[in-house]
Amino acid sequence: MVWLIPILPLIGFLINGLGRNSLPKAVSGFIGSITVLASFVLSLLVFMQVKAGNFHQTLHYFDFIRLESFTIPFNFTVDALSSLFLLIITGVGFLIHVYSTAYMHEEDGKDYAKYFAYLNLFVFSMLLLVMGGNFVVMFIGWEGVGLCSYLLIGYWYKNVAYTDAAKKAFIMNRIGDLGFLLAVFWLLNKIGTVEYDAVFSAANLAKLTATDITGITLLLFVGATGKSAQIPLYTWLPDAMAGPTPVSALIHAATMVTAGIYMIARSNALFSLAPITQSVITIIGLATALLAATIALRQYDIKKVLAYSTVSQLGFMFLALGTGNYVAAVFHVLTHAFFKALMFLGSGSVIHAMGGEQDIRNMGGLHKHMKITSITFLIGCLAISGIPGLSGFFSKDEILAGTFAHSPLLYGIALFTALLTAFYMFRLYILTFSGTFRGTHEQEHHLHESPKAMTIPLIILAILSVIGGYFGVPEALGGHHELAAFLSPVVKSATHHLSHNTEYILMAVSTLLVIVSIFIAVFRFRRYSTEQNNVFTKWLENKWYIDELYDAIIVKPIRGFSNFLNQFVEKRIIDGAVNGVGRAVNYGSRQLRWLQSGQVGAYVLLMVIGMFLLFIIQLFL
Amino acid sequence: MGNYFSFPDLLIWLPLVAGIICFLSRKEESAKTISILASLLVLGVSIASLFYTDDKKYLHFNNVNYIWLKYIGANYFIGIDGTGRLLTLLTAIGFPLVLMSASRTKYVSAPSFYGLLLLTQAGLMGVFCSLDALSFYFFWELALIPVYFLASRWGGEKRIQATFKFFVYTFAGSLLMLIGIIYVYLHTGSRTFEDGTVVAHSFSLSSFYHAALSSKEQFGLFWLFFIAFAIKMPVFPFHTWQPDAYDQSPTPVTMVLSGIMVKMGLFGAIRWLIPMFPAATLRFNEVVIILCLIGIVYASCLAMVQDNLKKLVAYSSIAHIGLMCAALFTLNPVGIQGTMIQLFHHGINIIGMWVVLNMIERQTGIKQISQLGGLAQKAPALTILFVIVALANIALPLTNAFTGELLMFSGLFQYNHWYAAIAGIGIILSAVYTLNMIQKVFYGEWKPVSSYFPDLSITEKFVLVIIVALIFVFGVYPQPLIDLTKESVNQLLMRLK
Repeated sequence: MVWLIPILPLIGFLINGLGRNSLPKAVSGFIGSITVLASFVLSLLVFMQVKAGNFHQTLHYFDFIRLESFTIPFNFTVDALSSLFLLIITGVGFLIHVYSTAYMHEEDGKDYAKYFAYLNLFVFSMLLLVMGGNFVVMFIGWEGVGLCSYLLIGYWYKNVAYTDAAKKAFIMNRIGDLGFLLAVFWLLNKIGTVEYDAVFSAANLAKLTATDITGITLLLFVGATGKSAQIPLYTWLPDAMAGPTPVSALIHAATMVTAGIYMIARSNALFSLAPITQSVITIIGLATALLAATIALRQYDIKKVLAYSTVSQLGFMFLALGTGNYVAAVFHVLTHAFFKALMFLGSGSVIHAMGGEQDIRNMGGLHKHMKITSITFLIGCLAISGIPGLSGFFSKDEILAGTFAHSPLLYGIALFTALLTAFYMFRLYILTFSGTFRGTHEQEHHLHESPKAMTIPLIILAILSVIGGYFGVPEALGGHHELAAFLSPVVKSATHHLSHNTEYILMAVSTLLVIVSIFIAVFRFRRYSTEQNNVFTKWLENKWYIDELYDAIIVKPIRGFSNFLNQFVEKRIIDGAVNGVGRAVNYGSRQLRWLQSGQVGAYVLLMVIGMFLLFIIQLFL
Repeated sequence: MGNYFSFPDLLIWLPLVAGIICFLSRKEESAKTISILASLLVLGVSIASLFYTDDKKYLHFNNVNYIWLKYIGANYFIGIDGTGRLLTLLTAIGFPLVLMSASRTKYVSAPSFYGLLLLTQAGLMGVFCSLDALSFYFFWELALIPVYFLASRWGGEKRIQATFKFFVYTFAGSLLMLIGIIYVYLHTGSRTFEDGTVVAHSFSLSSFYHAALSSKEQFGLFWLFFIAFAIKMPVFPFHTWQPDAYDQSPTPVTMVLSGIMVKMGLFGAIRWLIPMFPAATLRFNEVVIILCLIGIVYASCLAMVQDNLKKLVAYSSIAHIGLMCAALFTLNPVGIQGTMIQLFHHGINIIGMWVVLNMIERQTGIKQISQLGGLAQKAPALTILFVIVALANIALPLTNAFTGELLMFSGLFQYNHWYAAIAGIGIILSAVYTLNMIQKVFYGEWKPVSSYFPDLSITEKFVLVIIVALIFVFGVYPQPLIDLTKESVNQLLMRLK
């Protein structure tokens, strides 16, 4: 039955894809949603079973590649980690499908069906990614989600900027994918298997030298930086906001971008043996979290703020992974999926009401027009900021505590980043929903709350954003951290030794500072007119000019070099040499032609010379 | 000796005879029909050959040996092993697709056009079946000469220049090989026939494998053969004939050239070069791999800056072939196995690419990427099918090329970590130029290059659907092709021990 979980969305994809010209919109929307719902129900059953029996099972279907030196089976792994991700993917995925039926209703039937086909294909690929029982099946899903992301970012394919963004996403992901692939080759080469159970077995881990493990894990991490938008490959994610907003919620917030975290948590046995890689992950994660948070301070596109926030939160997750706090990372994936999907869908609701406007400078005072959107969005903001009691508090606190145990300095930076998060989130909220409306009269006239198909997913996600944290209440607060217990057969976190008192102090400090940060934001942006620009904020607004930098040091030189090869090396040197040989033969023949003059005298002369030469040669031999 | 109807016999003679009938037929329609029917018949034979094995031993499947030129020891000796079956199957699948996709275009003196195409098929089949050096050489040229006529008569504006270069280039390579063949021949052992005749030397494959050559002689001969095969593949820096030839040849010919004919070079290396000169192969394989790696990066860079669609595909093909050649010369089982199956997949994918480009050029008369745009609005089915083929061409998982590339890279990695990483640049760049092309040609706003741009015709749709089906079937379940060629890989490796 487990195989039905990914197959159902695939069937949905095929029906919608092949029938896109004839299916009415209601039918394609229904098929798209119902297949994912069915997968969700099955996933729930699987999850229950795993929870009850804690069974860890590999389901083998067929041999994908069978050689004498190695076999790569096509198999699925059903365990605590994958079943948890199954729930996130199909659960949040289903809500977003439902939301999409209303959000995309203005598209014509063909495009509507295409949209749902792509979305289902994405769910299929993502399920393959997490269910795969070995690194190659994971890679199949890994590139599959990249493809779907490409297709959905470029969904409005007539717009060149959008297709540029799609292309950028795909190419940056491919750079990461190369790292992933090389790690796979390394494993195949050293231990002849890529199956999780075999790779993480003590016998096989013993076969790997420290260099091997460092190399493999670093390469896998390169793959993660592409998919999960970390430095240096993060710049595609903000551009990916070109896609329809539900896509941003599903792919670029809740699921696909967490694939890197899933992969590393899955391979925790390997990563725990690679201290160098762990340090790299810690530093990259924290740097990404900070960099993206600073950029988010000065963005005006509602979706861009959320995009940078996502990059930043993913950075937090990597920080947790780097400090060996795998459970915290997975926990944050879970809570982040709820509140970030909520906020993206909320922003979609806003954009819908504003008739496509995304600039928050032209918004304001939307609360009185769309109360459900506003309140649910506020819950999301509170959750991501880490207000006690909401989901984000527990997961973020766990990451911060783990970081503190690791290094107080890193903790300081992480805490600062968390304060920035609260600040830019409330800047976003206040600019959008409170104050007075700054758009045109026509826009104001059209403001309305979104239909039920959109608000109900918002409400459900808001509830989840509130309660999602209670799966992982730390012992310090009298909880048992059920998530950690649930994941323990698969994911072994490094235990940090903090006394309960230290934990209380850390919680109190971060909570207090976050509240202060929120108040500053509220007071600062309550009466918004314009923000003054200085050199620093200009840098922030232009995203530290990273895109320009990449363009100058990578894209342009490669293009220039290629042009040089094309214009000069290919035409002049290589082809020149070939043609040169041809010309030389021609020239030589023309010279030789003089020998065939047709004059008997000349022939006789040549003959005599020839004989003479022969004599001379014979003399010397 | 041998059976009356052997599969290799049928594979060679059917297209040859049908080709001659095509020449004789006067009408375009009948020539077209004959050629398509004949190619389908060949396909049937080829598929049947997969199920009939008269002997499990290497190179003893379905082989036939007739004495041809007894006193010089040359025989008409043909047979198919795993590699041979794979490539004859590719040829047999490729030609019906090529002929069907060509059927919409009108060609002057069509009977000769289709006749020559079938002769090419006969030549290709012969190359993939020959177990005798002289017949191999004969078929090698038989495949080349009709292509020359096809390209120079039915090609684009600059066809004379392009085909002349193509012909001289490849012919020069062939001559080097001929010199090599004669040299090896003179060092083969004698053979006694049943009737008591003794011939001093023999052209048969096995006597070539066991020719008495010192390692020094092998070193020289290796390059003679290698250059001939490298030109055909082509491997950097012997590739400059190819972009022009692809650009200027009529599309069916380009399909045959890029889909099937370039495999002759790799096949030559697998069947002749490596087993004949194992010592030289072990000595020079590093050089070959480095050339291939340069070629991969170089051709990928060039593909990025091409404005001509056909040249873009040509350079991308050079990069892909470079990878196949590099993996082959790693001489480890994984890499060679990857190359084997990729021989087939690459052929299918690139034929699919040309079907679409042919249609675009026919409808708009344009092959400059910069002048095209927005075709997705006019031809959605075309766009979807092309995107699938293009993604298969860059080896996305669950498409056929993925398995091949996975194995090839794995082999290359086993040989040298860094080489795999360098070749990996090709993976990234291939995504760059492929997506660029898709974006510029299919996405964006519709440019009024042609007031009327119909979506795919039934035949074209059929051809592309077949190709896409092959892409997914072997993408999800690649094992049959691995099993088909496994034994050939082992035999090749045995020669190197």
